[in-house]
Amino acid sequence: MMKSIAKLFDASSLRAFAMIAVLAVIWGYFHWATGQIFLTPRNLSNLMTQMSVTGIIAVGMLMLIVSANIDLSVGSVLGLAGGIAAYTLTNLGYPIPVAIGLALLAGIAIGVFQGVLTAKAGIPAFIVTLGGLLAWRGAVKWQLGGNTVPIADDTFKMIGQGNIPAWVGWVLAGIAVAFVIAMAIRSQRALKEYGLGEGNIAAAVAKSLIPIGAILIFIWVMNSYQGVPVPVLIFVGVALIGSFLMSSTTFGRYLYAIGGNAEAARLSGINNSRNVIVVYGILGALTGIAALIYTARVGSAAPDAGTLKELDAIAACVIGGASLMGGRGTVFGACLGALIMASLDNGMSLLNVRDFMQDIIKGSILVAAVGLDMMGKK
Amino acid sequence: MPLLEMREIVKEFPGVRALDGVSLSLDAGEFHALVGENGAGKSTLMKVLSGVYPAGSYTGEILIEGSPARFRGIRDSEAAGIAIIFQELSLVKELSVGENIFLGREPASLGIINWSELYHKATKLLTDLGLDIDPRVAVGNLGIGQQQLVEIAKALSQNARIVVLDEPTAALTEAEVETLFGILDGLKERGVGMIYISHKLDEVLRLSDRVTVLRDGRTVATHAAAGLTKDTIISEMVGREVGDIFPQSAHEFGETALEVRGITAFSTDRPDKKLVDDVSFSVRRGEVLGIAGLMGSGRSELLMSIFGSYPGKKSGSIIIDGSEAKISEPMDAISRGIGFVTEDRKRYGLLLEQTILDNMTLAALERISGRFITHRARETAAAASPMTKLRIKANSPMTVAGTLSGGNQQKVVLGKWLLTEPKVLFLDEPTRGIDVGAKQEIYAEINALAKEGLAIVLVSSELPEVLGLADRVIVLHEGTVRGEFMREEATPEKVMAAATGVTT
Repeated sequence: MMKSIAKLFDASSLRAFAMIAVLAVIWGYFHWATGQIFLTPRNLSNLMTQMSVTGIIAVGMLMLIVSANIDLSVGSVLGLAGGIAAYTLTNLGYPIPVAIGLALLAGIAIGVFQGVLTAKAGIPAFIVTLGGLLAWRGAVKWQLGGNTVPIADDTFKMIGQGNIPAWVGWVLAGIAVAFVIAMAIRSQRALKEYGLGEGNIAAAVAKSLIPIGAILIFIWVMNSYQGVPVPVLIFVGVALIGSFLMSSTTFGRYLYAIGGNAEAARLSGINNSRNVIVVYGILGALTGIAALIYTARVGSAAPDAGTLKELDAIAACVIGGASLMGGRGTVFGACLGALIMASLDNGMSLLNVRDFMQDIIKGSILVAAVGLDMMGKK
Repeated sequence: MPLLEMREIVKEFPGVRALDGVSLSLDAGEFHALVGENGAGKSTLMKVLSGVYPAGSYTGEILIEGSPARFRGIRDSEAAGIAIIFQELSLVKELSVGENIFLGREPASLGIINWSELYHKATKLLTDLGLDIDPRVAVGNLGIGQQQLVEIAKALSQNARIVVLDEPTAALTEAEVETLFGILDGLKERGVGMIYISHKLDEVLRLSDRVTVLRDGRTVATHAAAGLTKDTIISEMVGREVGDIFPQSAHEFGETALEVRGITAFSTDRPDKKLVDDVSFSVRRGEVLGIAGLMGSGRSELLMSIFGSYPGKKSGSIIIDGSEAKISEPMDAISRGIGFVTEDRKRYGLLLEQTILDNMTLAALERISGRFITHRARETAAAASPMTKLRIKANSPMTVAGTLSGGNQQKVVLGKWLLTEPKVLFLDEPTRGIDVGAKQEIYAEINALAKEGLAIVLVSSELPEVLGLADRVIVLHEGTVRGEFMREEATPEKVMAAATGVTT
């Protein structure tokens, strides 16, 4: 029995289980310490909304870190893209799609620009994006003239503050469940077709029970409050697409190869610089999306919006098992990392822990998580 | 009493006995040359002497002036007066010549460096050696040859009594070589014993008092240099039968698969130095072409230049299946049907943290798996045949590559290139550091691939390997072709003579 369980889950899934266990301990503690407030649908809904901005950026950051690169400028780019959206709506009075389009375009353009400087001109990613951290923040301040630009448009605010109706949530859950089952059956069929095994459909469905359960519980909890928040829906979509890209496409495989051994990747015929530029572009687009959510949720664009977001995103990836040396990490891990960080923020705020103490605790946990990981490897 | 005696040194690595009872003695004021093929055990012996392999990791005795020495590290051997100048320079390029010479031993009081004393001492040391080098200049601004001389000055500043030089003239110009020889003569007069490792037999015979030949980790002979001829040394270096481990098989040749003309590659450190100088060759379907040559003869650089992976400046034309191919990146070479099993699999070949499957399908992923969306089952099925054929021993294709033995890792790299379905396959040191069993399996596979009509270019430092597998051998010496032999006429002596630059 133990053997078959061990066979079902390889090393990386074991790591994921360990992280889920850590998350469970954190949630259990906060639930007890806050007098049964933490694990209520209302708080969980808030928690998920709070993590969605960091989570969306973390998905792109993970892809970049896997390729052995880094982007320190995302916080500033978030501020700039949000500023562009608010300025376009409020000051120029353009319609919402124009504002959204310009914000995304700014994110992508900056990402590709920084990618070219890194991959083509050979300037280290750390330096390029450290420069970006300063320069793009300067650009926001210039653009907004140092003022906060409010947004009056309620439709735009839906991006950050809306919820989807309960029945839509259930329909999406149904589609997701059907998809999970279809994928499980497909992989078993393929095994059989290529003569690699019996193709045990029952076992495949059994293995799918965990994700199916998670989907159903998630929708139920969110619907118990006000329905799935729009930012959370976007985050889940981004995470699923990102996870698919990294695990099931040639593009994802090349990123792991480039980060694992850039020279071996190049000698195997991979276009390293093109792939790295594309990842920078993807992270830029995701930062643009995160900027729209952030601006819509706050209802205004401030010159300091998004400050330190790059560190939250990098921390989420690292806690989730990514290596800054490249070649290792998963989107799922990065999302769990973001959830752990957001849970600490949320729980400590509920407990009225002073903000300086929160920073000290989060910093310590980041270092301890990686330290434990290193010890586990020896 | 000899200054240094090494007795019956045995050093084993997993699966390999690198040194098998080597003895060597060195007198004060003696110049002792150590020669042997690549892999004969010269460097290993010197690493034992310097404490890089500490006492206890080998058996045998080291005696300095008759008393046993047990070195636990380089510091111990330095304290005993031994200085080793390795091929790769160990200078800090950003620091000045003077700082490098006294690195770790700066004249200082209370931790504050006395700069004037340091530079004064450095100047004196350099002038004594007859070197015109400013001690305040950064080492990185000197040419490679002068850096080598600084390295030697550094060794001497430690009052070394035993100096080991590993191929010191490889990077030197002729004038610099003369300066070096002048310094070495001076050392001799001061009673310093020197061990000199070199492939350049002319130098060896000119300078040495005695010559020791190593082969397969054993001492073949120690001769007085007077009256010794190059032919004797060469025959002792190679004197080994090409045994049955090479299955002789007749290959049938088809039309020319690859032809290169005038390949020239310039050094990345010294843009005026040619590492490969106007090399042309062709290889036919079903033929194994061996490229022999000593370390630094430009073999790897030649293959890299053709494959589009050489980092420096290069020129020459490449003709594949009768039409000119423009190759500027490895992906161009791969799309034209060239595969390249590179040397140093850990550095250039493998993703060590990833699975066998991920490694094997990497170079042909889009063809095997799908243009964009990957298909695990299809990949597993595609990798299954090379895994069985090459007998890769692993629990499953999902085993992490870094956990495999050297032989199995090498097979994974070979399998990766077979999956690209190449027409021409380059093999650079395909059996380095792997056990005998895996070697034979790889030899058998090379023969089988040639039979299937693949054109194969094989580079190896192991002469028997080249002679045993190749239908034709070209020999490189300092970047140029110095000989070409068909299988029947390629004897170890002829090839070694061409490789050491001896003109016959």
